Amino acid sequence: MGLSTSLLLTIALAPLVGCLLAGFLGKFIGRAGSHTVTILGVAISCALAFYVLYQLTLGGAPVYNQNLYTWFQIGHFNASVGFMVDRLTAMMLVVVSFVSLLVHLYTIGYMSDDPGYKRFFAYISLFTFSMFMLVMSNNFMQLFFGWEAVGLVSYLLIGFWYKKPTAIFANLKAFLVNRVGDFGFLLGIAGVLYFLGTMDYNTAFAAAPSLVGKTLQITANTHWDAATVICICLFIGAMGKSAQVPLHVWLPDSMEGPTPISALIHAATMVTAGIFMVARMSPLFELSQTALSFIMVIGATTALFTGMIGIVQNDIKRVIAYSTLSQLGYMTVALGVSAYTGAVYHLMTHAFFKALLFLGAGSVIIAMHHEQDMRYMGGLRKYMPITWITMWIGSLALCGVPFFSGFYSKDAIIEAVGQSHRWGAGYAYFCVMAGAMVTGLYTFRQMYLTFHGKERFTVVEHHGHAHLDDHHDHHEQGVLEHAPHESPWVVTLPLMLLAIPSLFVGFFTVGPMLFGNWFGNAIHIDEANNVLAEVGKEFHGALDMALHGFSPFGPFGLVLLAFAIQTYIYLFNPAMAGKIKSALKPLWTVLDNKYWVDNVYFAVFARGGVKMGQGFWKVADAGLIDGVMVNGSVSVVHRIAATVRRLQSGYLYHYAFAMILGLIVLLGGYLLIGTGVAGQ
Amino acid sequence: MNPQLFQLICFYGFGFITVVAALSVITLKNTVHAVLSLVLTFFSMACLWMLADAEFLALALIVVYVGAVMVLFLFVVMMLDIDQEKIREGFVKFLPIGLIVAVAMLVEMLGLIGVKAMHAQVMGPDPAAAAGVSNTAWLGQALYTKYLLPFEVAALILTVGVVAAVALTLRQRVGVRHESANEQVRVNPRDRIRIVKMDAVRPAQPTPVPPQEPSS
Amino acid sequence: MITLSHYIVLGAILFCIAVAGLFINRKNVIVLLMSIELMLLAVNTNFVAFSRFLGDVSGQVFVFFILTVAAAEAAIGLAILVLLFRNRSTINISDIDSMKG
Repeated sequence: MGLSTSLLLTIALAPLVGCLLAGFLGKFIGRAGSHTVTILGVAISCALAFYVLYQLTLGGAPVYNQNLYTWFQIGHFNASVGFMVDRLTAMMLVVVSFVSLLVHLYTIGYMSDDPGYKRFFAYISLFTFSMFMLVMSNNFMQLFFGWEAVGLVSYLLIGFWYKKPTAIFANLKAFLVNRVGDFGFLLGIAGVLYFLGTMDYNTAFAAAPSLVGKTLQITANTHWDAATVICICLFIGAMGKSAQVPLHVWLPDSMEGPTPISALIHAATMVTAGIFMVARMSPLFELSQTALSFIMVIGATTALFTGMIGIVQNDIKRVIAYSTLSQLGYMTVALGVSAYTGAVYHLMTHAFFKALLFLGAGSVIIAMHHEQDMRYMGGLRKYMPITWITMWIGSLALCGVPFFSGFYSKDAIIEAVGQSHRWGAGYAYFCVMAGAMVTGLYTFRQMYLTFHGKERFTVVEHHGHAHLDDHHDHHEQGVLEHAPHESPWVVTLPLMLLAIPSLFVGFFTVGPMLFGNWFGNAIHIDEANNVLAEVGKEFHGALDMALHGFSPFGPFGLVLLAFAIQTYIYLFNPAMAGKIKSALKPLWTVLDNKYWVDNVYFAVFARGGVKMGQGFWKVADAGLIDGVMVNGSVSVVHRIAATVRRLQSGYLYHYAFAMILGLIVLLGGYLLIGTGVAGQ
Repeated sequence: MNPQLFQLICFYGFGFITVVAALSVITLKNTVHAVLSLVLTFFSMACLWMLADAEFLALALIVVYVGAVMVLFLFVVMMLDIDQEKIREGFVKFLPIGLIVAVAMLVEMLGLIGVKAMHAQVMGPDPAAAAGVSNTAWLGQALYTKYLLPFEVAALILTVGVVAAVALTLRQRVGVRHESANEQVRVNPRDRIRIVKMDAVRPAQPTPVPPQEPSS
Repeated sequence: MITLSHYIVLGAILFCIAVAGLFINRKNVIVLLMSIELMLLAVNTNFVAFSRFLGDVSGQVFVFFILTVAAAEAAIGLAILVLLFRNRSTINISDIDSMKG
């Protein structure tokens, strides 16, 4: 049985309807009404997404690919709105709608006191719609639409607390950095249109082999390989959206947004759009070894170095943000070694456990009355056991401990990188291996600082009424008015629901999805590049893989080492932390300043942009446009008019004289040229 | 006498009168004389048009121009108190330049027309006579069929001209006593007269006179 | 025998006399108006001559319309003149320069 158009339309449009109702009619339907309609919309989408996945996997439904609506037509170029739903899309749909649904639920608890409650629900539903449009698209144009729409919602949500200057700074930064990536992406799409003449995925991928040997002439003697140029441009788009070095700077700052958003957009779904896009365009990327090497090196750098920053962060959300960067780096490395399936698989498992970690962090933040600094936490496990256990599940999955879902995807990626012989694969292998240990370091540090050890906060009970509405204009750090307590069920239920896939999804799906040919034609890999198949030769079931994963000479060994180090430091000898910090002062300074990337950007681009703007303002705008063009033309007109007005004597006979003189000149002209009546 | 020669003589005669009268229009000191010269110009030109078999237009020229327009000119000239001397100012001063411009233009025009070449252009037979109708009927047939819409528009333009001329010259003078016809027609007896019932007794002492109705 | 050129030349002479009239009578609006009437007459003469020469009735129809428009123009022109005189007590063109730039 095939997939029906109305079914897919419902998936895409249900969140949009919810968004419109909550956004425009929020005043009439109220807070409860707003969250009811949006959750209902996303729940419908989620249920249908599972149905679609079921149909495509077990129901034997063929791939759906149809244009639904012609947006506009220019010559032979058709911009359509259409859906392509294969297993890759279905997987994304399920991940997006499932996480989105849980985040919707969670928001009820997290944002309960916020005045922008209805607006928030409208935004996250709009995000869900945009993300659906992005993943279901069957052409580059609609992909770009979804791409920009999720960027917009991300911008709106990072700056959700628009009275907070840091939030405004962060959303502007995210927007600008994404513009850089989007520019590359647009160039890539333009390259596809130029060389392949179409925007449609299937047509473009079918025509892709014709790119081989084509070049793009840059200067007289410089010819760039067309496929490489297109792929690198497209990947620059992915670098912006998926926050790869050096366009990663916006993601940590995006933590200024509310935590549900960090979970949904800046960890689980939107930032993986770049990974999804590259996987979707695997037929193009397979044509360029250079582009894939580039991707791999960028991804490896991101995986290791951003993870290291996470070790020194004190803000609980920022630690997870850097961990997200690092994990996105892993996915990118997987793309770079042509293990697209591995990347997408890690995308899925990561979505579950990273959303879990973020929502857990949000739960901690609620308990700590919006205190995010881990130095003022500690020992929370006895106050909030559910959060504690689920966070541990997420953390172990993140570290890649065997049997947890993260293990299967991450281990496969590391193995695949080890099998690759592409240029730069050695560096990438080192990065991902070291990254595994770094992951352990920051994850266990975060867990210990938050949930274990001594309580580093004091509870000062205020009798009388509680200040519910002044979380933000807060008193002293580390002083709470109430003892922390477990969050309400709307917060803990999503945690538990996310903990289940974080635990089990890998074990049950690794065989077919990663090593079987589950994705079918959705992902195209050249036989020569198929490193995952090499890895797959040694795959004898999920249990076997997990048992092999316990080898102390693999990534697990490194995680174990990290675990040992952090356990010793933070549980048994807390003074060690300070000592190590001072011993490794230079390294610590480098990491604390995030390699000065932000500073360089700020000095060069931001300040340079301001300087350039001022230059243009003074020279071009004030000088040329205002001075010469506007005032200049006025004064020229004024001067000419002042002279010419003397001709207007107001006397009738002067005008008559001018007319007759004109007539005489006209007649004389005819006489001279000789085209008068006599000539005929 | 050869009729064609006679026509030529007539042409030259009327042409000479036309030119002389036209010259006197622009040179005569007295504006009334100038207007009368213009009348003469129109008359002789009408005769020339008759020579060209355009009888209807020739008569229309006399009726419309001489009969109406020129009379209007005369009225205006005589009604306005014009300081003749002041008006004539600069006549001598601008005579040379006027002559130069006119002569230059004439030379150019004649050069363009090509008198020699045009001389061979002999007039054909009268088209109206060839069609077997009079000139008036010939013109009328065209006017009421092919040119009906422009004809109606011309009538409208004339109406607008009349209305415009009246509207321009009409003025409301203040402070002039005149009858208001519509007020007289609309008048109501109650506004003018009041009947007062009184007892038929002789008053002891003289009563004050009741307030008088204001006379209209 | 009358030819086309007779009429055309007469029209040209009349037109040039009118032009000269415009120049030398630059103060007298009435003569200026009359000069314009002369110009129209010259133009009409050309129309009549060509109509006769080509045997085409359109020329004479045009003369008819020109007469109509010229009559209306003369009437309105004189009305303006009367109004001008009433307001300014002069028809000297040198005094009328309110359109001066």
